[in-house]
Amino acid sequence: MSDSHDILLRVTDLSVRLGDQLVLDNVTFQVEKGTTLAILGPNGAGKTTLFRALLNVTPYTGKIDWSETVKIGYVPQRMTVTDVPISVNEFLSLKQKTGSEESLLSVGLDRDVLRRRLSVLSGGEMQRVLISWAILDRPNVLLFDEPTSSVDIGSEELVYEILNKLERELGMTVLLISHDIHVVMHYSDETLALNKSVTYFGESKNLSDPGLLEKIYGSTTILDRHIH
Amino acid sequence: MTDALVFGLIVGALVGLAAGYVGSLMVLKKMALVGDALSHVALPGLALGILFNFNPFLGAFAALFLSAVVTWYLERRTKLSAEALVGILFVFALAIGILITPQVDLLEALFGDVTKTSLIDAVGAVAVSAVVLFLTRRIYPKLVLIMISEELAISVKTRVAWLNLAYLFLVTLVVATGIKVVGTLLVGALVIVPAVAARNISPTLARYSMLSTLLGAVSSCTGVLLSNYSSLPVGPLVVIVGVGIFLATLLASRVHLRWTTSDIRPETPASPR
Repeated sequence: MSDSHDILLRVTDLSVRLGDQLVLDNVTFQVEKGTTLAILGPNGAGKTTLFRALLNVTPYTGKIDWSETVKIGYVPQRMTVTDVPISVNEFLSLKQKTGSEESLLSVGLDRDVLRRRLSVLSGGEMQRVLISWAILDRPNVLLFDEPTSSVDIGSEELVYEILNKLERELGMTVLLISHDIHVVMHYSDETLALNKSVTYFGESKNLSDPGLLEKIYGSTTILDRHIH
Repeated sequence: MTDALVFGLIVGALVGLAAGYVGSLMVLKKMALVGDALSHVALPGLALGILFNFNPFLGAFAALFLSAVVTWYLERRTKLSAEALVGILFVFALAIGILITPQVDLLEALFGDVTKTSLIDAVGAVAVSAVVLFLTRRIYPKLVLIMISEELAISVKTRVAWLNLAYLFLVTLVVATGIKVVGTLLVGALVIVPAVAARNISPTLARYSMLSTLLGAVSSCTGVLLSNYSSLPVGPLVVIVGVGIFLATLLASRVHLRWTTSDIRPETPASPR
């Protein structure tokens, strides 16, 4: 992309068809450098499919323009490893031989975790190892698919604090899929709401508007504030 | 030590190493039965080599490679699994192979006879095994990543389909070479058993792959030596040694588990006075 240096990603009229089903329909949005874009929507809205198109895993029509300087790190929704006898250190070495310890430390895990097998990690530990994998080669864009779907409540805050830290300290641009509107409002700058097509694209703080939520989720939805 | 025994040991060692290494991936990919069934597909290729007087190894390799490509292609284009496709190919190929293989050569084709290895055969088997070891080493980490998470593999620009095809190619090379040692009926065991044995006592990937490789060579060479001193056929002896090693590692893993958990005992409540 030769225009504004601040735009890392520009998506224009993106559509994805899987078999006979139109999963994404003419999606258009852009992402500025150093921001966090949250992707919201009901189940089946096409959120994960959007990520797969951005990673060029799924065929699509339309345009996806990443900036030439982009280096992507991807954190999948979950990863279950039961039958492969592989330690955390060996798993990280599949991507890069060096930097495993520093990468783990930056997500709040100590070096002892390197010796443990992937199959014995808790949900929260596995999620942090996956983040560690994603940032190992110092990407400037992180794609996060529902970062806390397999994590207990105690670890959820920790995962989002890590995301926030990565954005602040490393200047990362983050795209994250989340179902939690409170998380979206608290941790993201902009929101892309999907329900096969774009139902909203703008500042996350506007999500407190009940009319907007009804438009996104298609029913009367009330945002109930809960105090921590 | 006769030349035949020396050649047999060299071929057995290198083929065992390659089979163990490739087999370690096959077990992780849950393709153990695919590997076994695929070996039977070699029989018509062997038979054509014998009938038309060209190197049977080339015939076996061509049949295996063609089957692997057809399986890879149909798996991508249809809803059928590799297991189902190879199952059909295996019984078809075995039936054709039994019909067209000259009766006098059928036993050797089915069960192998590494003691009849010539110098040229030995050099060929060693060269192919060395190539398999080298190439498998190059793609091993990528294949493991694909197994753990295809999404992650694609996110780091791994060419999943081509790597899976390359792996199938290496499997066909190992199986074609292993037929000389144990025959088409038992070569699946040469690939699978060392890996399953290693799995019992390997907490890490590095140990698992190394042990599977070594156990492949140990079971092959031990089988060749036992055959030399007992005059029993090599193929079944290689498999029996391999299964013996598997049972030993299974026992070792059970003993280790009991040993490491034996100090965890529930507290006995004090008796009331």
